[in-house]
Amino acid sequence: MSSLLIVAEHRNGKLKKSSFEAISKGASVAKDLGLSAHVLLIGGTEVAGLTAEAANYGVTSVLTVTDPKLSAYANRAFATAITEAAKAKSASVILLSATSMGRELGAFVSVKLDASFASDCTDLQSAGGTLKVTRPVYTGKALSTVELKQAVKVITLRPNAFPVLSVPATASVESVSVSFTEKDFGSKVVDMITASGKLDVAEAEIVVSGGRSLGSAENFKILEDLAEVLGGAVGASRAAVDSGYRSHEDQVGQTGKVISPKLYIACGISGAIQHLAGMSSSKVIVAINKDKEAPIFQIADYGIVADLFEIVPALTAELKKRSH
Amino acid sequence: MNIFVCVSQVPDTATRIKPAADGKSIDKTDVNFILNPYDEIAVEQALRFKEAQGGEVTVVSVGDDTVLNTIRKALAMGADKAIHIKTSDEIDGISAARAVADVIKNSNPDLILTGKESVDTNSGQFATFLGALLDFNVVNVAVKLDLTGTQLRAEREIEGGKEVVETSLPAVVSCQKGLNEPRLPTLKGIMASKTKKPEEIAFNGGSAYTTISELVKPPAKPAGKIVGADLSAVPALVDLLHNEAKVI
Repeated sequence: MSSLLIVAEHRNGKLKKSSFEAISKGASVAKDLGLSAHVLLIGGTEVAGLTAEAANYGVTSVLTVTDPKLSAYANRAFATAITEAAKAKSASVILLSATSMGRELGAFVSVKLDASFASDCTDLQSAGGTLKVTRPVYTGKALSTVELKQAVKVITLRPNAFPVLSVPATASVESVSVSFTEKDFGSKVVDMITASGKLDVAEAEIVVSGGRSLGSAENFKILEDLAEVLGGAVGASRAAVDSGYRSHEDQVGQTGKVISPKLYIACGISGAIQHLAGMSSSKVIVAINKDKEAPIFQIADYGIVADLFEIVPALTAELKKRSH
Repeated sequence: MNIFVCVSQVPDTATRIKPAADGKSIDKTDVNFILNPYDEIAVEQALRFKEAQGGEVTVVSVGDDTVLNTIRKALAMGADKAIHIKTSDEIDGISAARAVADVIKNSNPDLILTGKESVDTNSGQFATFLGALLDFNVVNVAVKLDLTGTQLRAEREIEGGKEVVETSLPAVVSCQKGLNEPRLPTLKGIMASKTKKPEEIAFNGGSAYTTISELVKPPAKPAGKIVGADLSAVPALVDLLHNEAKVI
């Protein structure tokens, strides 16, 4: 019998939120398609501590591929591990998160399994026993329905696009034995450069973003203060990045990140089409801009037509006041 | 060093996208096609490696004759030669990658560069497909590359930071903004590109594994609410976010 395999990611000994989203979606798709669902965890000794949590979403089993050498990420070895686990379970659907890791692993595995591949999907419907995959193209300016023709289908899911649905349960834990070759470790991570405690705009549930009208890198401090009160991340328009106010990893838009947070607060962003493409799928959009004609107001749920330098600190203060 | 750069053409990022009458593709009327911005970074990186260590840069693109403009831009930037894998059939990422792998595999490539994604399909899969097909090492979303002999040390962008990756050639690397600032073609480069005739090769990528069955505009959002135009709007906004939108 064929099955559905979900690849869960972990960093610093914790499963990622996007993986809980993928496991939740995978469990429900498997049910619709009449498949058993398995979660796969890959890594070193840290994996043993993660299996119980991975089981909490109604899957049949949690599979592990462990090896001391897998405690550091090596894309080819991880792809081999997924391929072997998929073969062991005759998986016909493989789900990953569309993260920096999931996107490349999905592509690798699809070649190894001669499968169809669709990346960064925002909707996956399985009612009636067939899979319908939706993915944004042209950076969200259009939505495409993709037909995956091969028997085996590999799909990555956009973070924050699917809900986490916890189903308290236990699942069997099964170790899959995989033998690796030297080539599998031909490319490996030797170090990490982490901006200390910084939440990534692509993963944050709340994003406060600024445009060129912030005027300087220092002025982004008021957005950082607001983001901090909200537990969110700070993003920036391309104009702000090109002006040197923020680094490219914070850029939201067509040549930056495409994000779907729960709340997006655009401060002093006019809403160029290239920016709108990156954030228009946010669930709730707030725009703060002096110019009432700014295109951002056309897609905002709530707008304040005023100077951001006046409104943003007041908003931070108001939120602080209410949290007491 | 033998470097290949895979490039594609995409609608200019300022384009308003309209679905075509077939409901599966975009209306190409009045669309200005450009060299994919991330591929431009890949071309620049190839030229820098060539300038530092010698070698040859070959640009590869798959598609009908309209891709020749894109190829010409890369040649004008300074690429030495170009391969046009010609097809007007429906292709997808994997069939394009198979076609490129088939052409490159016997040319002893040291390094294959491409953009981290094309800004039309946003799949970000091509470099990995190519690496997997050629059995080469792969680094995606590179923002820094240091090459010493055949050893490559890369920094790649991940969520909330960067990974430092060590690998060796031959390798496929996808390039991210921040890696370099692409040069503009010089007049001399533009003139020289006119004498470099792309080699035309028939497409041998097999069938596509995915098709787009529908392409639509995202649903329009209902008109929003202007909460106010001064400080009094602030508490009102917080109330709305809390009680109506329920996002804080």
